[in-house]
Amino acid sequence: MEPKRLTTPLSDADVESLHAGDLVTITGVIYGARDAAHKRLTEAMSRGETLPVDLQGQIVYYVGPTPARPGQAIGAAGPTTSTRMDPYTPALLARGLKGMIGKGYRSRAVLEALREYKAVYLAATGGAGALLAKRIKKADVMAYDDLGPEALYRFEVEEFPAMVVNDAFGGDLYAEGKEAFRKGMAALA
Amino acid sequence: MRTIAYDDVVSTTKRLCVEANTRLGDDVLAVIRAAASRESSPLGRQVLAEILENDELAACEGTPMCQDTGSAVVFVELGEGVQVSGGHLRDAIDEGVRQGYTEGYLRKSMVADPLRRKNTGDNTPAVVHVDLTPGDRLRLALLPKGGGAENMSRATMLTPADGERGVKAFVVETVERAGPNACPPVIVGVGIGGTFDTVGALAKKALLRRAGERHPDPYYAGLEEELLEQINALGVGPMGYGGTTTALEVRIEVAPCHIVSLPVAVNLQCHAARVARAEL
Repeated sequence: MEPKRLTTPLSDADVESLHAGDLVTITGVIYGARDAAHKRLTEAMSRGETLPVDLQGQIVYYVGPTPARPGQAIGAAGPTTSTRMDPYTPALLARGLKGMIGKGYRSRAVLEALREYKAVYLAATGGAGALLAKRIKKADVMAYDDLGPEALYRFEVEEFPAMVVNDAFGGDLYAEGKEAFRKGMAALA
Repeated sequence: MRTIAYDDVVSTTKRLCVEANTRLGDDVLAVIRAAASRESSPLGRQVLAEILENDELAACEGTPMCQDTGSAVVFVELGEGVQVSGGHLRDAIDEGVRQGYTEGYLRKSMVADPLRRKNTGDNTPAVVHVDLTPGDRLRLALLPKGGGAENMSRATMLTPADGERGVKAFVVETVERAGPNACPPVIVGVGIGGTFDTVGALAKKALLRRAGERHPDPYYAGLEEELLEQINALGVGPMGYGGTTTALEVRIEVAPCHIVSLPVAVNLQCHAARVARAEL
């Protein structure tokens, strides 16, 4: 399958061209954030403060890399489980965030927000941390450096591979893929 | 009484931390390759190929295969005729983990307190299980356990009437509920029997077994095969994108239990099923 090439920031038209099950590659700047950085971002929004990054059209990658060895841009850098970021996600989508990269299920509220705000949920291969790190050419702490590996990062990526799991039209690769390969026996449980 | 120097335990533990996180065992690679050749979904085959490529790259570069380098779970078999000189065994293991995770550029993922959540900064303390064994050897098996699959693990107290059918339903349901979150294809560690506190350790111990080996009791070996077939009929597939490889293996460990009890624990292990072993 030939991947669709995406360049950040994403437009509504970019998002609308994507469907569950599409392979994509992403080139440009994406932001790394996980639980603690999400908490900070949403708290700052609720206080009406300016965010350290303009989220309009951007993609957030849920990742907590290993430390880089000398000469490496970043250590192993695969996706972490997205579910933990669910409580914070709709507010970020309302602010213009267009995509998230992680792995695992999203909440109903997140899936509804994807449709409402025209955004997309992507998955990278969990446990492929060494391989995915090769696509991250530069990594800098953007804000919240006191959070260490949980800080807000800025990554420059080249052809970072991901899979469209939830699109802006209600498509869901996790549900559709499972349905396609499910066999009768499994209903037993 | 044979003695082993404290520093030897430290340096061995340190080496095991780095080895486990950067080199997936040949036994595990073999079952992933076999799964890739059987997988029905083209997307599933692509994911499995990516996983194999990643594991080769990690070993070649000495980079961790996954950024979640885990809690350091250490299974110790301590011979009754051996002792550690110059310090405590527990301290030596923690010092080895500290050095391994710090000097080996591994991620520090332990918080000192479950609710106040301050990172200890060096991935200690290790989770240590000790078995006393005959002889004068000290065996260490280090299993870095990632949080994604661990978080989808479950335990329950069934009743004897639930029996084999109840156990099977609980295991299959656990894998299905975990879906993509546990980074399938998974290895399913199942503990059956014992008590509330020991059944989880049994399930974890199942994850130590070498890939490709079935339970020595043909009854449980058969149950492992049957469960694997049911799990792979779920359709979850590699990374949850759909496919016929949801689990690579099911491994069952059992223990005697009370007449009214049937404890069951399912400890899920992602495809990065890392174990490194040493004997001193």
